[in-house]
Amino acid sequence: MRNKDFMFWLFLAPVLFALGTVVLLPLIYGIVYSFTDWDGVNAAEFIGVKNYVELFSDQGFLNSLWFTFKFSIASVIVINIMGLGLAMLVTSYIKSKNVLRTIFFMPNLIGGLILGFIWQFIFTKVFDAVGRATGIEWLQGWLSDSQTGFWGMVILMSWQMAGYIMIIYIAYLENVPKDLLEAAQIDGANGWQRFRNITFPLVMPAFTVSLFLTLSNAFKIYDQNLSLTNGGPFDSTKMVAMDIVQTAFQLNQMAEAQAKAVIFFIIVAIISLTQVYINKKKEVEM
Amino acid sequence: MKKSGKRWTLEIIGLVLALLWISPFYLMIANAFKTKREIFTNTMKLPETFTFDNFVQAFEELTFLQTFMNSVLVTLLSVAIILFFSAMAAYALSRNGSKLSNIIFFVFVAAMLIPFQSVMIPLVTIFGKANALNFYGLIFMYLGFGCSLSIFLYHGALKGISKSLDEAATIDGCNRLQVFWYIIFPLLKPITITVGILNVIWIWNDFLLPSLVISGDGTDTIPLKLFLFFGQYTKQWHLALAGLTISIIPVIIAYFFAQKQIIKGVSDGAVK
Repeated sequence: MRNKDFMFWLFLAPVLFALGTVVLLPLIYGIVYSFTDWDGVNAAEFIGVKNYVELFSDQGFLNSLWFTFKFSIASVIVINIMGLGLAMLVTSYIKSKNVLRTIFFMPNLIGGLILGFIWQFIFTKVFDAVGRATGIEWLQGWLSDSQTGFWGMVILMSWQMAGYIMIIYIAYLENVPKDLLEAAQIDGANGWQRFRNITFPLVMPAFTVSLFLTLSNAFKIYDQNLSLTNGGPFDSTKMVAMDIVQTAFQLNQMAEAQAKAVIFFIIVAIISLTQVYINKKKEVEM
Repeated sequence: MKKSGKRWTLEIIGLVLALLWISPFYLMIANAFKTKREIFTNTMKLPETFTFDNFVQAFEELTFLQTFMNSVLVTLLSVAIILFFSAMAAYALSRNGSKLSNIIFFVFVAAMLIPFQSVMIPLVTIFGKANALNFYGLIFMYLGFGCSLSIFLYHGALKGISKSLDEAATIDGCNRLQVFWYIIFPLLKPITITVGILNVIWIWNDFLLPSLVISGDGTDTIPLKLFLFFGQYTKQWHLALAGLTISIIPVIIAYFFAQKQIIKGVSDGAVK
């Protein structure tokens, strides 16, 4: 199929048209809008970088950016430790490993919105009931301040995503040759040495994949944020994605929201491009 | 002896973790059967008397059959279109090999980096002006957002299908469309399952896009309806939990029957 073939373009036309109108055109429009005072109704006027300059003194936006960063870092660490731990458990010789896999992966299939609502019940009602019954104070009043809101989000996200990351680690762990591990054991290597010197280096590529996958997923999170805390109390747990949605569709400040959206895009692109760069570098080394 | 002791330790750790993992579901279901009053006094234990009233009311207020069918329709139509057109595009790109086709492929891959929130405001504006903020507009948008990853995965799989097959079929008198439909697409079945599963999970659970496009126009999907329902009964956990339970049941049933394919699909999609 050559470029000038009619068929070539016919095969590509539907997706090119869809991608163009749904993603590329809005992206370009959005970048242009972010330099205007557009409010969604009246004609827009070009105002240069004013929206961007104002973002740097917009305490609400800076707070949500900072909260999102903190949340992403904490989630990445917790999820990856849990994911690797679960993967090692279900690739060991225990009998229940298939059932365990199924259970650990299950939260992943259910939407973040639903999961957030379930955990809202657990944090505010179940934790509270247990706290009152046992007299443990830190179990009471969850989601009513920014700290418990933060950890609530981390717990929810970890519970949901650990099973997914587990699946990725499993794919790599199953490629570790069993005879290599047995040979090392016969040579007297203990469990930690086998993990440190054989399993770990072979599973190394999974870390890159998993770290960046969790990082960009955590950074872009919206549904869970909406259903678990709705940004509260007092916007203290509002993340960037939610801030953009609210600025646009509740406050109708379209241009300001779009400037935030462009910053958001740049940060997400940097995260993803770093991953691509690291992967490419590794391929060359190998 | 030592080995079996260690094995039992791991089995017990696994069992404890599994119980911990499903405890949110247990708490949801157990409390969905309680009265409003009982949730307050007995949150952890099984209900003293099981009441189905919550489910009946939630089922009615969610107009669950209609809502479920909306979700099924949106998901199936979108995924079918994504699969067909992405496979076709990936095929054209992989059999072309020119610089231009590499650039087009790169654009699709690069588009995966763009987060939804960065384009949603102009997207809603443009489609609003075109009077396309409706059910069909939504399905078209899913093609736009879903085609990148799908083309990427199909493109990878097509490298493994020899071009001599195309040539043989062409000599036998097939045109390009026939080669694609009768020869290539059936050979792509394993990757089609993977791509299909990934897209189904995403679209079935998607909330923000449909909330901007079809909210309240009678084609509400499960997440949309549930969000409204939850907002209405925010302090009435017995109803809210029953609604959540009903919404999850179809997913659990699907998972029960297709868990091997689902886990394999997700794994293939992530690692590639």
